[in-house]
Amino acid sequence: MTTQLLDLRKVRKAFGGNVVLRDVDLAVAPHRVAVLIGASGSGKSTLLRCVNLLETVDDGVILLDGEDITDPRVRADRVRRRIGMVFQAFNLFPHLSVLDNITLAPRKAHGVDRRTAEEQARELLGRFGLADKASEYPDRLSGGQQQRVAIVRALATKPRLMLLDEVTSALDPELVTEVLAVIRQLKQDGMTMVIATHEMGFAREVADEVCFLDGGAVLERAAPERLFGDPQEPRTRQFLRRVTESGRAG
Amino acid sequence: MLRFTAPVTARQLRFVAALLGVALALTACAPEDQGASGSATTAADACAKDKLQLTTKGKLTIGTDKPAYEPWFSDDDPANGKGYESAVAYAVAEKLGFSRQEVAWTVAPFNTVIQPGPKKFDFDVNQVSITEERRRAVDFSSGYYVVSQAVIALKDSPIAGATSVAQLKDAKLGAAVGTTSYRAIVDQVKPSKQPAVFDNNDVAKAALRNGQLDGLVLDLPTAFYVTAAEIPDAKIVGQFPAAGANPEQFGLVLEKGSPLTACVSKAVDALRSGGDLKSLQDRWLSDSVGAPVLS
Amino acid sequence: MRSARSPAKPAGEDDYVPSARQRERERIRRRTATRSALIAAASTVVLGTIIWVVVTRSPGWPRVQESFFDWGYAKRSFPSILAGLWLNIRVMLVCEVVILAFGLVVAGCRTLRGPVFFPLRLLAAAYTDLFRGLPLILVILLLGLGVPGLRLRGLPDSIVFYGGAALVLTYSAYVAEVFRAGIDSVHPSQRAAARSLGLSSGQAMRYVVLPQAVRRVVPPLLNDLVSLQKDSGLISVLGAIDAVRAAGIETATSFNFTPFVVAGALFVLLTIPLARFTDWLGRRTERRRGLGGAV
Repeated sequence: MTTQLLDLRKVRKAFGGNVVLRDVDLAVAPHRVAVLIGASGSGKSTLLRCVNLLETVDDGVILLDGEDITDPRVRADRVRRRIGMVFQAFNLFPHLSVLDNITLAPRKAHGVDRRTAEEQARELLGRFGLADKASEYPDRLSGGQQQRVAIVRALATKPRLMLLDEVTSALDPELVTEVLAVIRQLKQDGMTMVIATHEMGFAREVADEVCFLDGGAVLERAAPERLFGDPQEPRTRQFLRRVTESGRAG
Repeated sequence: MLRFTAPVTARQLRFVAALLGVALALTACAPEDQGASGSATTAADACAKDKLQLTTKGKLTIGTDKPAYEPWFSDDDPANGKGYESAVAYAVAEKLGFSRQEVAWTVAPFNTVIQPGPKKFDFDVNQVSITEERRRAVDFSSGYYVVSQAVIALKDSPIAGATSVAQLKDAKLGAAVGTTSYRAIVDQVKPSKQPAVFDNNDVAKAALRNGQLDGLVLDLPTAFYVTAAEIPDAKIVGQFPAAGANPEQFGLVLEKGSPLTACVSKAVDALRSGGDLKSLQDRWLSDSVGAPVLS
Repeated sequence: MRSARSPAKPAGEDDYVPSARQRERERIRRRTATRSALIAAASTVVLGTIIWVVVTRSPGWPRVQESFFDWGYAKRSFPSILAGLWLNIRVMLVCEVVILAFGLVVAGCRTLRGPVFFPLRLLAAAYTDLFRGLPLILVILLLGLGVPGLRLRGLPDSIVFYGGAALVLTYSAYVAEVFRAGIDSVHPSQRAAARSLGLSSGQAMRYVVLPQAVRRVVPPLLNDLVSLQKDSGLISVLGAIDAVRAAGIETATSFNFTPFVVAGALFVLLTIPLARFTDWLGRRTERRRGLGGAV
């Protein structure tokens, strides 16, 4: 299946005695969006961190464009330059302006010269409605603006794949919308993404495939209409029911 | 910036009251003055042993610094009576009527000797030169040794063969702080390089041995001892000519206005006129003759 | 998280009028503040007067005043002490720059990952442990007397060089630990974000972690600078004449302690701008973090 952009096979990860990922299989074709849902602790973040080599897998293999990135001989930096990751806590660099935040990696890790990097950065900022924030510092931006900058920063390195880890979970409800709009735009532009989220309505809208993670394994995976409309597994139904009751179904 | 936005609480008022109480208590216990201003009579019996006002009754307390250097003392033990100053101290004590057992020694670092306030000794003996300026702060006895300053250098030092003071002008010289050796450098040599000044002669000697100094200025007896016993590679280049009409002398140091000053001076004078000082010098400082005088 | 504000109305265009309750509150606060200020002033004056009285009425005061606060000696010793202070300042400035650089390098070495860097990490750890344990004065003596004693060719001669080197070696060990604490205090998520963008370990350290770490440790570093300023005088042990030594020379000549008071005053004057700057920096950081207020 070499047409897959990202391919996880039988990935296993444990922290101490705690097995977080157990036999996880996941395949994402180019330009497709896979959404991970599941309870806290079900392994969504860990999975994304394994793909980005922030964690080393205990077993199994991860293929990016057909290349085994879990091979110890592979240089992690090189891999990470092809992947963009955005975190729940934004993690912008507080000592740099927005523009410098965005241009740092292209200039230092990708060898782009300063002028080009800044032009591209401004263009991206403009596309996502942040053009006037280029010289601001992160502590002056709202949460939604910071998260959007974080997304732009990840995009600036022109990644093949974007990993979004609960990127709206730390935001006030009225700021969630603007971030979701950005992600929607990314999908339209054809970016391949793996998204971990609690936002069920958004998941339904943007996903090509939804994977329900439970107890460290992918319990059920299906197209969104099928998974949300007619879940097969009892635990999936249980989870979705709980989520609906807490008012997040959207 | 001071801010006064908090209201004054009862607790704060109590604190202030306590503070005032302590301060008032301090005024009550004003320290007593110990040294009466000297109006010692020169009558002979004013120096009788039982009439002397001593820091410790019945004992003569003598102070000196630690370490106590050769040839003024011996083995860093002032009480053994060896070394010129130890011998002179005991001789003065004897003149005042104290036996050896009645003499007690105490360690008196240089700064404690010259500070204002009561002293822990009756007199101090530590190669202290008498100057008029210093008399404003302390009392001196008559001089017990006429001192010259000398320059020592390693045998391969650039100034090893100097015969005049002028030839020392461009040398890197050193001396211990607080000594008239330092004054000799500044006043007589007027060197082009700033002299090195050390806490004591120990570090100075190490610097000389390392070649970091071209020459070290010391009083003549110490110079002899150092070149003979401590740094055989060094020699005495020469001694400084006497500066000024009054030769520099070492004196015993007493608290300013001490009632003992006249009696101690009398004792030193008696030792000099009786030839005791000379014979002690012959015994302990006999090597320190015959150094060439720099022109 | 701050939400975007609509443009503020120019001052005065708001038609808000404080309520009677608020006016009463402000009146009470003003009255309390005035009362606190008066009490503060009064107690300061009272305490000051009491201390003044206790000190100046003590029997020893005239002597102490003459010995420590003599204007004539102050004027006379001022030029040489100032010249000595210039040495302190020069040593402090040059050493501080080297210390910051070297400390940063050592801290960097200690945070390196990867097995190939183990010898560097070990060396850095050993260096830090050794020089945080050795007293500065020992390092100065060992370097200043020991190294020249080896008589290796090509070694510099200058006392100030060895003293400065000793200061650099000792202080860099402390500064390295301060930097390391700063580096550790930067949240690991910053490093994760930097690595996720494809930056190498070294790039993440240089562009993301270190800039933040350094900003955080400026107050303790400034503290070290103040301490260095005073310790810079310890090189006088090797013979250099700094402000304190210059004061000591003057004191030994005159037997008067005023020069030390002058030197002390000059050091304090040097420190005050630095201390105020540190305070200002601390307040600015506090304001940025939104602390203060009613807490």
